[in-house]
Amino acid sequence: MTETGTGDALVVNELTRIFNKHLVAVDHVSFRVKEGEIFGFLGPNGAGKTTTINMLITVLRPTDGGATVCGYDIAKKPSEVRNCIGVVPQEYTADEDLTGWENILLCADLYGIPRDASVKRAEELLELVELTKFKDKQVATYSGGMRRRLELACGLINRPHLFFLDEPTLGLDVQTRAATWNYIKLLKKEYGMTIFLTTHYLEEADMLCDRVAIIDHGKIVIIGTPEALKEGLGGDIMTVSLKDGNVDISDIIKRVPRVKEVKKQDSTYRVKVEDGEETAPAVLDAIRAEGHKVTRLSLTKPTLDEVYLEYTGKSMREEEESKEAAFRQRVTMRRARGGGR
Amino acid sequence: MTSNRQNSRNPLHGLWALTNRELKKWYKNPYLLILSIIQPLIWMGLFGRSMNITEIFTKTPITIPQLNPPLTLTQQIQLGRALSNATTQVFLQTFGTSDYFSFMAVGIVSFVTLFTTMFSGMSIVWDRRLGFLNKALSTPVARGAILMSKVFNAVIRSIIQAAIVLGFAFALGLQVGADFTPLNLLGVFAAVFLIGMGLSSIFIAIAIRSTRIETQMAVMNLLNLPLLFTSNALMPTSVMPDWLQLVAKINPITYATDAARQLILYTPMDMQQLVIDFAFLGAFAAIFSTVGILLSWRYLSR
Repeated sequence: MTETGTGDALVVNELTRIFNKHLVAVDHVSFRVKEGEIFGFLGPNGAGKTTTINMLITVLRPTDGGATVCGYDIAKKPSEVRNCIGVVPQEYTADEDLTGWENILLCADLYGIPRDASVKRAEELLELVELTKFKDKQVATYSGGMRRRLELACGLINRPHLFFLDEPTLGLDVQTRAATWNYIKLLKKEYGMTIFLTTHYLEEADMLCDRVAIIDHGKIVIIGTPEALKEGLGGDIMTVSLKDGNVDISDIIKRVPRVKEVKKQDSTYRVKVEDGEETAPAVLDAIRAEGHKVTRLSLTKPTLDEVYLEYTGKSMREEEESKEAAFRQRVTMRRARGGGR
Repeated sequence: MTSNRQNSRNPLHGLWALTNRELKKWYKNPYLLILSIIQPLIWMGLFGRSMNITEIFTKTPITIPQLNPPLTLTQQIQLGRALSNATTQVFLQTFGTSDYFSFMAVGIVSFVTLFTTMFSGMSIVWDRRLGFLNKALSTPVARGAILMSKVFNAVIRSIIQAAIVLGFAFALGLQVGADFTPLNLLGVFAAVFLIGMGLSSIFIAIAIRSTRIETQMAVMNLLNLPLLFTSNALMPTSVMPDWLQLVAKINPITYATDAARQLILYTPMDMQQLVIDFAFLGAFAAIFSTVGILLSWRYLSR
């Protein structure tokens, strides 16, 4: 379906958007998304995530720089770009007054898919997201999870090559979130797309994404596989408590290979180690060999949360979003929870 | 663009789907449908009937106290009739019909169109706020189709409402002109089509970058009654002061209303004026829908 031969579904080059001549929302951002990978785009509110997505899906014009989606330039060939992408926006965009079936056919018509083909695809997609039973019900009666599934199905009606998911699980409860991810994984398996997603739930990003980028203040601060990013923090944290608080065994621990840092607090030692699972027993052996008794030991692997906080800082963000965006988010949350108006 | 592209062969694809989306909200919601039909009927029935100026003279017994001896009852009735005849003459000359209700009922057609088209601006703001607009913009549907779907939605609704209003007006005793044939109604719908197209394009153009519903409400409140009162919908322009006549002359609603009255009420139908009416309406619709489409290319994406 696409004519790209580079192995990159998306190439972003110095992409920049300045609002009202001075507010730099996205600041010379460059990255690539490989064919077939799930790419997570993370960052605090107002960091530039949605602005970036909106430029990539050709809804917003870049002030400077550009991007190639499926081999097409977003500024020069917007129509081709639109044909090869699928978009599931943060908001629930399905029309509440229409039925699920009418909504998905409307999406098909927006892509100009001939009716006989669109009916077949719509049936198949609704079956896949298990909405066939509810297809003739008004969307206003759908639950949050059902709406999200309908959005997914609508976003896939044109068999996109690159699938944009903006906060696909915003406002959903834990069960529905898990189910939604199963659908996304299923759809990816079925159609083999490249997925570009944003989320605030970092454990989701960790679990699903092949690579993540963290954006803050309009700039990419770090990019890589979740494992590499976590490794980059300097390894796992091992906590060791001794029975005897009067001795200092820091040096003993430090001598063990792959131990990077030791901090003593009373009789407890915080040890930064590489390959925690293998290093921890070695540390334990070294301490015991010197005749000390260990009363407590724990090993914590850093999560993406730590990576995220490391790079974006711990201070809370003042919402810099527009009234419009805030309104949309309220509507989305309300619909996700209640389903009704 | 390329020959092997499977989708979007037709540049107009999605136009009807988007239009139908809007229409469905209306015809699948009986409550809304009935309300939107009742409103013009209330105007026509209450306003048209209560403002029945033609009856003023016939219903009022005339006594002239200065007269000595006073008028006999027969004379009073005769005077009443004479005055009533005179009024009919005056009415025929100023209103083009002797029946104010008929005059007014046709004016309500323009009124309905104006009020229906005003909401098209609102609906684009809603789509923006709810995210549907962004979703549609990320698909290959023509930007102009997004705008024109709103226009056609308003136009189709207006025509259906106009048909219902006229149907009721006939039932309530609308007095048609001598040249009237049912075919003339097609002309009336054509006039509604053109005025609706121009008006909704204007309201959408005003709303195209707006994100606030409140602004659109204010715009609607600012424009609706002035646009109505500076036209011939409720009163003929000939009785207006000169400056107001000037405003009425450039108000497209005047031309739509006149066209409808020519086609339904007037004896004889002024063909020359009818041609002028349609030329004006055609130009109005063409210019503003073009402006709307040009703006949609530039401003729907931001």
